[in-house]
Amino acid sequence: MSERQTTRLKIRRGSAEGPARHQVFDFEFEDGQSVLDALRWIRGNRDATLAVRYSCINANACKECVMRIDGRTGYACTTPLKPGVMVLDPLPNKRLIRDLVTDTLPPDERL
Amino acid sequence: MAHYLETEVLIIGAGGAGMYAAIAAAEAGSSVLLLDKSVVGRSGATIMAQMTVAVAIGEEEPDHWRHHLADTIASGRGLVDEPLAKILCQSAPDRIRQMDGWGVGWARSPGSGNHITQAHAPGHDRKRCVYVDFLNTGPASSRTLRNKVRQYDGIRRISDLMVTDLVIRDGRALGAVAMHLESGEGVTITAGATVIATGGLTGLYQRNSASANMGGDGFALALRAGAALIDMEFVQFFPIGHLAPRLIGMDPIMWDPFRYKLGGVLLNGEGEEFTQNYGTVEDGKYVVTRDTATYAIFKEVEAGRGSPHGGAWLSFEHIAEADLRAAFGPVIDRLADNGIDLTKMAIEVSPIAHYHMGGLRVDETLATNVPGLFAAGEAVGGANGANRLSGNAITEAFVFGELAGRSAAVASAAASGPEPVPDIRAAAQAHLNFLSETAGRTGEGNATEGIIELQALMQRDVGPFRTKEGLERALDGIAALAGRLPHMSTDGPLAFNQQRADWFALRNMVEVARAIATAALAREESRGAHQREDFPGLEAAWSRTQVIRRSDDGIALSCSEVRHLAPSELTS
Repeated sequence: MSERQTTRLKIRRGSAEGPARHQVFDFEFEDGQSVLDALRWIRGNRDATLAVRYSCINANACKECVMRIDGRTGYACTTPLKPGVMVLDPLPNKRLIRDLVTDTLPPDERL
Repeated sequence: MAHYLETEVLIIGAGGAGMYAAIAAAEAGSSVLLLDKSVVGRSGATIMAQMTVAVAIGEEEPDHWRHHLADTIASGRGLVDEPLAKILCQSAPDRIRQMDGWGVGWARSPGSGNHITQAHAPGHDRKRCVYVDFLNTGPASSRTLRNKVRQYDGIRRISDLMVTDLVIRDGRALGAVAMHLESGEGVTITAGATVIATGGLTGLYQRNSASANMGGDGFALALRAGAALIDMEFVQFFPIGHLAPRLIGMDPIMWDPFRYKLGGVLLNGEGEEFTQNYGTVEDGKYVVTRDTATYAIFKEVEAGRGSPHGGAWLSFEHIAEADLRAAFGPVIDRLADNGIDLTKMAIEVSPIAHYHMGGLRVDETLATNVPGLFAAGEAVGGANGANRLSGNAITEAFVFGELAGRSAAVASAAASGPEPVPDIRAAAQAHLNFLSETAGRTGEGNATEGIIELQALMQRDVGPFRTKEGLERALDGIAALAGRLPHMSTDGPLAFNQQRADWFALRNMVEVARAIATAALAREESRGAHQREDFPGLEAAWSRTQVIRRSDDGIALSCSEVRHLAPSELTS
């Protein structure tokens, strides 16, 4: 089995109002685990109010978990964790709803 | 702010069945509202399916729907609702050809007249299963239906809208109350007819092949509205679900087609073949049935001979790379992206919750016992009995989706009096009030943790192998969770508050979990996907369906006869 390593995730919290604030969570992982694995663990074990879109979890089918990861746009479900610090932000070019969730819906699918 | 929407046909859940229902209802002239608590056409089970679709189109070799029906009935171990299964098999060719016409891209055989290719899957008497290469059946089906749905002005799609309760007035389903995830606000929807297309319930289990939204919402919504559920104890476990190493971008049941094409070897934690000790010599071929493989892996792990993550090893190390590539092309590269080289390493597999045979009790129009309420897709109970035949899940999404949409359109038109859709705002008020009351509570624990707890409990005690002791322990645990639910935290901002959304999900999950465990405890025999270690044999007296309805003090269980067709109807 692979060695366990630790990543420190700095996650942008809050809505569009108010100053940008990054909250730090440490997560112990094994090789192959994804950023989404860490986010789901944080929701289940540290802070259930963390807002992050995901649906298919594994299949890279729903494309919901798109965000900025260390300054680059990517999917949390297909981005491997790495040791050290990783910074997660919502997409900059979409309206921010809260935390990592932006308005990524097609315009004709909104309420 | 109160939102209010009106539609003739409301469809809850926008996977394959929901989208097909929307198209059929719109074709019949109804206005349609198609909702999903995630994103329309991108959530649910259909998009994750990488496997095959069973249909008697006879392209590969001569076939007839009655052969497909005979295999479906045999697979269902005496509990198949035959009128529903007949609809499934008889209508499947029309749906598969319609999808072909819409450009889904079924794999074809250019060498022999470019006919649609059909594979031979276990349980079928001939080559019957169509697919889209490579492992792309679900994504291609979802894309095709999404594109088709967009062509109808009469279909309004709304994502991020989670239905929390159905609205019943004078005994009739007249719409729903929902939570808008972005704002946390309540939404009232008046509908002439409502279709439950929320899929199955495999998200109740720790190890599953589900997306995040497969917690059985529709079963709980319908149960609270007075509908009957059947066969809830029959949860199909897929024996060789992917366990380790971490694999992303792939369906966890993807090793099944690998085994069809390449064989492969199952090994225990000590590196030894073991299926022969459970009655099946594999000899490099994929011949072990799902129930035997599940049992054998389960028993090896129990005996301390599991793989490191608690399953079995599956090895293709003896297969040449050229053969792997010929069979699976670009999939081999996707595996390499995940650090998996099948020529050098075995992977770990274990039984995972994959499908649910039970569901809403419906008639041949897919109407439930609640007027105005219909079911589609995996949410329908009965067509697959105690064990689903390989390939029937996408088939039922298409066939039952289309039929439910059409039936709902007829019901909505018949129900409309002077006003096309009645105003239900008064009847919806109690549900809206309940929705508001759940906001902002600071309590003990939260439902996000509660869901993890429930999944562990269900995996341990209501999994593929069950005992009286385990099921009673599960029911106690479920009751304890249900008791804690009203005190769990829902605080934090209203915008996209998943802790609160999880609260509504767990509210449904505990009801559905209780239905499964109650039915499983009562069925003192082993049949299909329901295996009791304390009652190992199949009992003829149990060739009956168990029905669950809501009662004043929880749920009430009763038995009813399985619906059979006359022999003449099976063959004509």
